[in-house]
Amino acid sequence: MYFVRRILFAIPLLLVISALAFVLVHLAPGGPFDGERKPASPEIERNLKAKYHLDEPIWKQYFRYLGDLAHGDFGVSLKYRNHNVNDIIRQGLPVSVLLGGLAFCFAMAVGLPAGFLTAAWRGSWVDYVGSFLAVLAVCLPSFVVAPVLLLFFCLKLHWFPIGLWTTPWHMILPPVALGLYFSGKVTRILREGMLNAAQSEFVTAARAKGMGETALLFKHAFRLALLPVVSYAGPMLADLLTGSFIIESIFQIPGIGVFLVNSSLNRDYTLVVGLSLLYAILIIGLNLIVDFAYKLLDPRVKYE
Amino acid sequence: MSEPVPHLSPNQRAWRRFKRNRPALLSAWYLLVLMLAVALWPLLLHLAGGKLAALHDPDQISDLQFSPPDAGHWFGTDFHGRDLFSRVLYGAQISLFVGLVGTGVSLVIGVLWGAVAGYVGGRLDGILMRIVDILYSLPSIIFVIVLMTTFGELLKEMQFVQQSPAMAGALRVVLLFVGLGSISWLTMARIVRGQVLSLRTRSFVEASRVLGARSRWILARHIIPNTSGIIITYLALTMPEIILYESFLSYLGLGVQAPMASWGTLISEGVGQINSIRIYWWLIMFPAGGLVTTLLALNFLGDGLRDAFDVKAK
Repeated sequence: MYFVRRILFAIPLLLVISALAFVLVHLAPGGPFDGERKPASPEIERNLKAKYHLDEPIWKQYFRYLGDLAHGDFGVSLKYRNHNVNDIIRQGLPVSVLLGGLAFCFAMAVGLPAGFLTAAWRGSWVDYVGSFLAVLAVCLPSFVVAPVLLLFFCLKLHWFPIGLWTTPWHMILPPVALGLYFSGKVTRILREGMLNAAQSEFVTAARAKGMGETALLFKHAFRLALLPVVSYAGPMLADLLTGSFIIESIFQIPGIGVFLVNSSLNRDYTLVVGLSLLYAILIIGLNLIVDFAYKLLDPRVKYE
Repeated sequence: MSEPVPHLSPNQRAWRRFKRNRPALLSAWYLLVLMLAVALWPLLLHLAGGKLAALHDPDQISDLQFSPPDAGHWFGTDFHGRDLFSRVLYGAQISLFVGLVGTGVSLVIGVLWGAVAGYVGGRLDGILMRIVDILYSLPSIIFVIVLMTTFGELLKEMQFVQQSPAMAGALRVVLLFVGLGSISWLTMARIVRGQVLSLRTRSFVEASRVLGARSRWILARHIIPNTSGIIITYLALTMPEIILYESFLSYLGLGVQAPMASWGTLISEGVGQINSIRIYWWLIMFPAGGLVTTLLALNFLGDGLRDAFDVKAK
C-alpha cells in the first residue's frame, strides 16, 4: 500500500519537474537556432519556429509536450534535428547504464571487503591504512582521477587504450575512475555500521552464549551493517548515472551524459526536458527499489 | 586522590576530545596555513614588486610555454606561459571563498528550516520535511546545470554587466554561492530538526516557557546554542561538498569564468592539454593536489569534530 502511494505520488512530482525544467530552459536568452548559419533570414527563422511550435505561448507548448509525452514521445531534438529524443536516449542510455553498473560493481567489490577488514581489525595498521585510503578516495573527484589514470596508464605506460568504448579492454579504467569515490564511501559506511553493530546487545548476548568472533562478525555484525549500505545504494546509483558525463567526456564514451551539458548550452529545449525527466524517473525508481529491498532485508522496518 | 576535576560543559569536554585527535588537529593547522598563504601571497608579490612579481604574476603571458617545474616557476607554466604556482594560489582564493560563503548560505537556510520545522512541529513540520524529501530525490546536479546556464546567460544580457567585466565576474560568483548553497542545506535541515525535536521537550526549555519566554527567545537562547556543536560539525562536512561542486561546475565551464580561475577551471585547462605526444603532468597534478589536500583536511576536521561532539546522523 505504501509503495502504491509512493508510485502515485511520483506522477505529480514528475509533472512539477518537467514544468520547472521547461520554464527554466525557455527563460534563458537565445534559442536553439542561434548556432545556425548566420545570418539566417527572418523568414527562415520564422518558419523553423513555426515548424517546432516555438511561436506559441509557453503554456501551450508545455501542454503540447505533455500530450506527446503521454504517447511515449519525447519529441524531436531541436539541435540534432534528424534525431528525436527517444533515439538519443535509446543509443546513449545503455552505454551510460553499463558504465554506471560496472562502476557500481567496482565500488562494491572494493568497498565491502575493505569496510569489513577495517572493522574486523579495528585499531590495527590495517584499519589505519584502510580508513585513510577510504577518506582519500572520498576526496578524489572523478575529474581528477580520470585524467591522472589517463596520463599514467594510457599515455605513459600504454597499457590501456586512450578512449572509446568498444572492447572489454576499454571498459576498465572508466568504471574505476567513476567508482573510486563510491568505494571509499561504501568502506566508511560499512565500517561504521559494523562497529555500531558490534556494540549492540544482541552481539554481546551471542558472545556470552559462546559464539566465535569470526562467526559473530559474519553472521551478525556484517549482516546488520549491510543495511545502511543498501540504503546508500539508491543515491549512489543516482550519482553514478548523473555523474558519469565527466568520465564520458574525458574517455570519449558515447553515452548520454555528453548531451546533458550540451543540450542545456544549446537551448535544445526538448532534449533538456527529456533528459531531466529521464534522470528523475531513474532516480525515483531506484530509490523505490532500494526502499523495497530494505524492507525485504529488515523485517523490523515498517513504512507508515 | 588527585586534585578535583573542574566541571566542564559538554561543549568544553568535546573540545578536549577534539584536541587529542591528531589528524584533525593537523588538518586544522594545514587549512589555516593554506588560508594564510592564499591571503598573503598577493600581498607579498605586491610588496616585493620587481622581478619576483613579474615572474609570478598569474595573468602575465610569457613566451615560456609549458615549462616544467623548476627553481623559477615552482609549479611550471601553462599554455600561455603563466606561472602555475601563482595561478593555483589565486584559484584557491575563489575555491575557498565560494566554499565558505556557500556553506554559510546552506547554514542559514538549513538551520532556519530545520529549527522551525522541529520547533513548530505538527502540520508545518510535515510540509517542510516533505519538501526536503522531495528535493532529496531530485537530480540536483541537473538542476544546477540548467540554473547556471539560464541565469548565467541572463546575466550576460544585462546592461550594466556588459559595461564592466569585473562586475560580471563578481555576479557570477554570487550566482555560484546561491546555487550551491541552495542545494546543500538539506542534510543540515534534517539534522537540526532532529536535534530541536529532542531539545524541545527538555525540562530547561519547559521551565523557560513556564517563565513566560516567547518562542523566538527560546529558539535563539536555548535551542540553537545547544545545537552549535552539531552545526559546526556539519559545516565542516558541508564545505568540502561545496568546494567539490564548485570545482565540478567550473570544470564544466559553468562556474567562474576567465580571467577568474578556480581549482576546477585549472584542472579543466590541464585536461584540455592532454595529448599523446607530450605529458604536461604539472598542469593537472598541482591544482588537483591543492583541491584534494584541502578536501582531505576538511574531511579529517569534520570527522574529528563529529567524534568529539559524538553526533549521530539520523
